[in-house]
Amino acid sequence: MTSANSARRRKPFPVHILVFLAPAFIIYTLFMIYPLLDSLRLSLYAPDVNRQEVFVGLDNYERLMTNDLWQPRIEGAIKNNLVFFAIHMLVQNPIGLMLAALLSSQFIRGRAIYRTLIFTPTVLSVVLVGFIWRMILSPLWGISTDFLDLFGLAAYDKPWLGLEETALPTLSLISVWQWVGIPMMLFLAALISIPDELIEAARVDGATAWGVFWRIRFRLIMPTVGIVGVLTFVGNFNAFDLIYTTQKATAGPNYSTDILGTFFYRTFFGVQLQPGNPTMGATVAGVMFLIILAGVLLYMFGWQRRMLQVEF
Amino acid sequence: MKKLLALAVILTLVVALVPATTQAQDKVTLTIESWRNDDIAFWNDVLIPAFNAHYPDIEVIFAPAAPTEYNAALNAKLEGGTAGDLITCRPFDLSLEHFNNGYLVSLNDLPGMEHFGPVARSAWITDDGSDVFCVPMASVIHGFIYNQSIFEELGLEEPATEPEFLELLDAIKADGTYAPLSMGTVDLWEAATMGYQNIGPNYWKGEEGRLGLIDGTIGYDENGFVEAFEALARWTPYLPDGYQAISYPDSQNLFTLGMAAIFPAGSWEIGVFRGQDPDFEMGAFKPPVPEGADTCYISDHVDIAMGVNAASQHQEEAMLFMEWMTTQEFAELYSNALPGFFTLSDHAITLEDPLAQEFLSWRDECESTIRSSYQILSRGEPNNETQLWEVSAQVLNGELTPQEAADIVQSGLEAWYEPQQQ
Repeated sequence: MTSANSARRRKPFPVHILVFLAPAFIIYTLFMIYPLLDSLRLSLYAPDVNRQEVFVGLDNYERLMTNDLWQPRIEGAIKNNLVFFAIHMLVQNPIGLMLAALLSSQFIRGRAIYRTLIFTPTVLSVVLVGFIWRMILSPLWGISTDFLDLFGLAAYDKPWLGLEETALPTLSLISVWQWVGIPMMLFLAALISIPDELIEAARVDGATAWGVFWRIRFRLIMPTVGIVGVLTFVGNFNAFDLIYTTQKATAGPNYSTDILGTFFYRTFFGVQLQPGNPTMGATVAGVMFLIILAGVLLYMFGWQRRMLQVEF
Repeated sequence: MKKLLALAVILTLVVALVPATTQAQDKVTLTIESWRNDDIAFWNDVLIPAFNAHYPDIEVIFAPAAPTEYNAALNAKLEGGTAGDLITCRPFDLSLEHFNNGYLVSLNDLPGMEHFGPVARSAWITDDGSDVFCVPMASVIHGFIYNQSIFEELGLEEPATEPEFLELLDAIKADGTYAPLSMGTVDLWEAATMGYQNIGPNYWKGEEGRLGLIDGTIGYDENGFVEAFEALARWTPYLPDGYQAISYPDSQNLFTLGMAAIFPAGSWEIGVFRGQDPDFEMGAFKPPVPEGADTCYISDHVDIAMGVNAASQHQEEAMLFMEWMTTQEFAELYSNALPGFFTLSDHAITLEDPLAQEFLSWRDECESTIRSSYQILSRGEPNNETQLWEVSAQVLNGELTPQEAADIVQSGLEAWYEPQQQ
């Protein structure tokens, strides 16, 4: 007995845990952490006259923030990105929540069909979505003029993607159209997991339908609201593909749709005759990383911590 | 990471291929590196047999890569010493860098090189002009392609001067059935390439203005370069509705579907339009000259050339191939197979495609030049060419005045280009 016990005690190191952790740890380190750190390292270098990369400290960041060539671009990209994010937060997520609230109601028929239809665009390729919308909005072949004509509004039709004032909001709304299914699904999952007793109890106490939604259900899905917010933030500040497919890497007209992703792409890989500049590209990527990191930290310390106390 | 992986795959493939190419002992094999994978049938069926008619003992393999991968793949192969014997040269800085790194041999003494003038050589020559390292193959010429049936229907004639051109555009606009000019600004480059660089040489006097920019004796904010922006700004009323959101393929379709009368073009469009509709009747006129000008200038932009890999085992045979590329035979075969791509040699050739022949005939009437921003001026930041795209589109959109556009481009150039700083 005692010898068996001590034998068990002499085997304290659980090797199998390391074995199970190893694949994820190795792959994550190799393909995520190492490239990230190496990219940050690259942002501290610059080519010298002989095109050798030499250490320059934070010079690249200073250049990005103060140089007449770079500063308007990074400022414009951040501003546009904030607009892009704001439109998603103000349009996509409330609509997602509204759809989820409707779909969680027992009085609507064909809920599965609606759910599928609304979710469908999210599984389409962004290239396809960009192309379809470019066609729909095309002043030549598009249907937007005819559609507005139905309501007698044809005079208000514009080359939406070609004007500086309208291009970014238009693209943001296309993106909202495509991705609204994601917050809808997350909200829906949270809403249907709320125990019926709570809602019934509220009804018995005389709460109106709005009261039930706003005071009970919405409060209980606050953790999901936070997750949707942070997912939108990270997704938007990493966005690139939609702008690239509809407006190309130059993010026209006149950089009005230039967000951090396209700015990074142009800087790192170059465009047409403009050769790529890997070290400045890494610097732009570094700024993107810092912005996203700041946002996520804000979420984790400002929101998620408070949320833990509300969970049932 | 993805790029590295792709490189690794390419390198492995190349290494695997090497024994195959060195095994042939009696017959010398030359491999051609190229990005023109569209032309593979034409090389295999026409050019290589024509070459073998002269040199039956030299086997030539045309081994193209995808255009977007060519630069990276070629760089990797050259560094690894596994590139083919003959290298298709991109114009300007990429090939110059290869030469400066010792990957390409100098072709100064190549017999036949005298058939190529200074404009033709400009894309494959060292900055001081001492070494030329690629045999120029083809250029593209800018001009205007028009829909012949629309011109007949409205009783219009080809314009020679800018006032005539604007009159013509007014007439088409007054009729109201067709868009006068088929062009959009959303893709930016059309505004600069088919707009500014198309008509511009007439205003800045071709090479005189272009070389002046490089010397620093003239700026974008002076004389001809501003006038070219002003001329471009006059196009705005004649562009199709919603041109701010019309892309390059849109404008091509607009023209071939007969909805627009005139397409500001590069000669490469000939092949594209013929491919879309072989029976479509088109004519072409050269960029209209400003009133009172007696000389016309065309943008005869150098595009593609061929050089010899310095690491090639078969220098002698490669030189024979180069020499053959300077001949009339090659010039005629190449320009006919690819209508819209014109030989850069001074051989008199005839083209079967009348539209291509029309473009080519302008070389005899006008002075040739290349796009102003391509040689030397697009090395720095901000990139001269990219800036021209941006401001040209904004001039057409009415967001910038011609003078503002010129000032932006000039200050961009002054920011890094020393000769312009004095």
